[in-house]
Amino acid sequence: MATKASRTAARLMMAPAVTLLLGWMLVPLVMTLYFSFADYRPLRNVFEPWAGFGNYERFVTSSAFWPSVWTTLVLVGAVLAITVVLGILLAMLLDQPIWGRGAVRILVISPFFVMPTVSALVWKNMMLDPVNGVFSHVARLLGAQPYDFLTQAPLPSIVLIVSWQWLPFATLILLTAVQSLDREQLEAAEMDGAPPLARFRYLVLPHLARAITIVILIQTIFLLSIFAEIFVTTGGSFGTRTLTYLVFQRVLEAQNVGLGSAGGILAVLLANVVAIFLMRIVGRNLDA
Amino acid sequence: MHRKHAFGAAATLAAGLSGPAFAQDGAATITVATVNNGDMVRMQGYTDRFTEETGIDVEWVTLEENVLRQRVTTDITTGGGQFDVMTIGMYEAPIWGAQGRLVPLDDLSEEYDVDDILQPMRAGLSADGTLYAAPFYGESSMIMYRTDLFDEAGIEMPEEPSWEFVADAARRLTDRGAEVNGICLRGKAGWGENMALLTTIANSFGARWVDEEWNSQAGSPEWLEAATFYNDLLADAGPPGAAGNGFNENLALFQQGRCAMWIDATVAASFVTDPESSEVADSVGFALAPDAGNGIRANWLWAWALAIPAGTDAEDAAKRFVEWATSRDYIEMVAEAEGWANVPPGARASLYETPEYRQIPFAEMTLRSIEAADPDSPTVDPVPYTGVQFMAIPEWQGIGTSAGQEFAAMLAGQQTPEEALAKVDAMLDEEMEAAGYR
Amino acid sequence: MARAASPARRAAFTALAWTLALLIFFPIAWTILTSFKTERDAIANPPVLVPLVGGADGRPPILAGEADDPAEDATGGPEAGARSPGGPFFRATLENYRVVQERSDYMRFLWNSVVIAGGSTLLGILVAVPAAWSMAFVPSRRTKDVLLWMLSTKMLPAVGVLYPIYLIATFRLPLGGGTFQLIDTKPFLVVILMLINLPIIVWMLYTYFREIPGEILEAARMDGASLRAEIVHVLTPMAVPGIASTVLLSFILAWNEAFWTLNLTAVDAAPLTAFIASYSSPEGLFFAKLSAASTMAIAPILVLGWFAQKQLVRGLTFGAVK
Repeated sequence: MATKASRTAARLMMAPAVTLLLGWMLVPLVMTLYFSFADYRPLRNVFEPWAGFGNYERFVTSSAFWPSVWTTLVLVGAVLAITVVLGILLAMLLDQPIWGRGAVRILVISPFFVMPTVSALVWKNMMLDPVNGVFSHVARLLGAQPYDFLTQAPLPSIVLIVSWQWLPFATLILLTAVQSLDREQLEAAEMDGAPPLARFRYLVLPHLARAITIVILIQTIFLLSIFAEIFVTTGGSFGTRTLTYLVFQRVLEAQNVGLGSAGGILAVLLANVVAIFLMRIVGRNLDA
Repeated sequence: MHRKHAFGAAATLAAGLSGPAFAQDGAATITVATVNNGDMVRMQGYTDRFTEETGIDVEWVTLEENVLRQRVTTDITTGGGQFDVMTIGMYEAPIWGAQGRLVPLDDLSEEYDVDDILQPMRAGLSADGTLYAAPFYGESSMIMYRTDLFDEAGIEMPEEPSWEFVADAARRLTDRGAEVNGICLRGKAGWGENMALLTTIANSFGARWVDEEWNSQAGSPEWLEAATFYNDLLADAGPPGAAGNGFNENLALFQQGRCAMWIDATVAASFVTDPESSEVADSVGFALAPDAGNGIRANWLWAWALAIPAGTDAEDAAKRFVEWATSRDYIEMVAEAEGWANVPPGARASLYETPEYRQIPFAEMTLRSIEAADPDSPTVDPVPYTGVQFMAIPEWQGIGTSAGQEFAAMLAGQQTPEEALAKVDAMLDEEMEAAGYR
Repeated sequence: MARAASPARRAAFTALAWTLALLIFFPIAWTILTSFKTERDAIANPPVLVPLVGGADGRPPILAGEADDPAEDATGGPEAGARSPGGPFFRATLENYRVVQERSDYMRFLWNSVVIAGGSTLLGILVAVPAAWSMAFVPSRRTKDVLLWMLSTKMLPAVGVLYPIYLIATFRLPLGGGTFQLIDTKPFLVVILMLINLPIIVWMLYTYFREIPGEILEAARMDGASLRAEIVHVLTPMAVPGIASTVLLSFILAWNEAFWTLNLTAVDAAPLTAFIASYSSPEGLFFAKLSAASTMAIAPILVLGWFAQKQLVRGLTFGAVK
């Protein structure tokens, strides 16, 4: 049905979106690239337009660089694993005939509506705080010593907060997929005596593959740029400094825009490596 | 204001989406960026009086400290011109002033009486003898302690204690069963959090960050002694999770009666003695920050001050505001309306000569603490920088943040003082080298 | 799975589901609860859990008979007044909301949030619908690449490009004899947030449109429907649910965006994210006021989300279901 005329029309219709995004990508990217080769430290009134690869070299050889890459990958990976696994279980549970399903669903998706800053503040001050947090109250109630989550287990704490925010999203997408399962096929398998795990492994999981792919893809994009949750809770200490956060520290706290811009470019490269990696692994499910 | 010419086409274009803030008489509106601490919030309540007096409208941008610093720094370095008055600290004022990013406050009016500003404050907010920011309130650090617990244990707190005494008392007063910790100190990473305290401890132990050639001294025996002392003290007598405690966390602990001693900002005194929020309000005593016999006490010096970015197009209005907010009249106005305990402290000498104010239990100790700090000569051995609990150089924020994280990790038991200092030492040298100091 | 469930099984699943749902919702509930406490009650240990809405003196009926209670109030002293009824009870107060409203003009922040999130959503839909429509119905070999490229524009870390964007935003455009800056204007924020969310919007619409069978279009065409009639009568009714849930998602994402909205606003365009930034971690006790401010910041979107959740769920598949 794609005639030449309709192709032209299609291009015209795509033009605004493509042009806008191209501008939004290129303008800051080109400026960042330019700064990344400059010695640009505005607080010292320093601007040398050409500093070669010095910024890149310093950024990569800094002792904070590789740990931050690792932290980024761990954070993203852990949150993905938790939200996908719990999301599947939760979706299957919500698919069961339960009383008050509508209300349950409303409660479960609520965290998705909470601003990241607010959820970080709430978790830090009211849940995880070693003195006044709910968790420490519970610990004392059980006769245990309150645990100081944000200093003793900083990265897991942040994973917990971020997972809480993204679990609803995963659950919702997976729930729609679970609901579209072929019931008759499942029942037939059950009649044939297939154990629940096998039914899950061979019928449910393949059916969910596409939904899982979507969840992973979209969440990865958002998770790679996580910022508020770290800024509010640990400020990047105790090994919670992701690459994004390291860039923030270089640009804003140390006011070294050149160095930070080099880090920003590296972060884009990392994001694209992760994206390509993802596409390879899960992209087959995504015949977009 | 920067928007005053911004009319014509764009205003019409934007009219549908923009609020009423496109007010016509632009020159009579100033935008003030400030931090969300109690004294500033109180100041906002008096805005109407200022507008009545002067006809100048004030728009407030109130932000949490970290966000505020990020906002104003970006704006000042890019010349963004978003604010006509900025609330900045003693760290920023001399750096930005020396670089010409701030309007010098050298032509303040006669009745403002600039000589009334406490000398250490004035020194810390000036560059090359020119004042660049007017202190709204100032603070040093001191010991706040529980008189009831000290009496019970039969320990007497001297007015000028030593670190040895403090450490010994802290260990004796610690009662984990009753959830009483001998001492609460800042441990949370940040150049304005644990590094403020740790730098003053180091200063009093005779350590310094760099020598006069900007070579890192973090590897010195004095630094190791200071860091080890701090680490051991908190391990033996500090609260759980000390590595995550900043000013606020310790304040909450002290108010709940969980700390026998707390060394922190003098402004905390009004919070811990406020019966509305403190359970121990009637049994708090004050003493000077400790020393280690080297002639330097562990006092820091800080002020939240109002400054005017160079290039604002409402300089006169901004100046009138700065004068109004940091004047003696403002203090008297607040005293009249809300009592002397609620006036912004630590900025003016005359406040400490007011008989009513002298009756406040912590007034005298606050003044003595402020006067004990000297931003021009903060250490035993000479240093090339100014600033007591920080180096007033642009790189300090980055250095302080990284170092703060190493020391917090030390406190959390993830590394030893030796390991932390080794990393800080290397990092400091690297930063000094990269920044071209040596 | 889909058998007619036995009551026991149903009850077990119901109990499990409710337990988990309440656990997930707990932090929000706790925040709302804390917002009705005094600052001292907010840090009480053990925590006070049960709000009492009392009579004129704030005394709850159920405590009226307690022996020690009148004495406590009568004696005054530093302990009384701020003290609560004791046990797990506390006196609910609206004080925090009053203080927050007095300190900052909540309605102005709220209005800015509505305008910015709404404006960027509207603009985003206007740009995205044609693009998604053409990708879905006139696909080419490059369609998938274009989509993935669009998503990849979201990977530039915002903190890394703050300086470039800030420089552009504060650039003084010569205009009518004066200058004009983009920063702190609502239209600018609208455009920025639209650009940030555009890839997601395009993709979501695209996956939704693709589920509309092409045969229907062909049938309509056979019947001699014009392109306009095709769009108005055939496509629009089928596309509306997808567009509706996209609108919702875009609105939520824009509402919650906290980096650009904080860094590119001061007064005129500052939305609720800036409102929150003035309540986190001041000196002194702040849990209760922070809770009240948090509740005020999330309540509008939470309520909207609850009402629209069916709609959101229907479209939030990103083509996950075939």
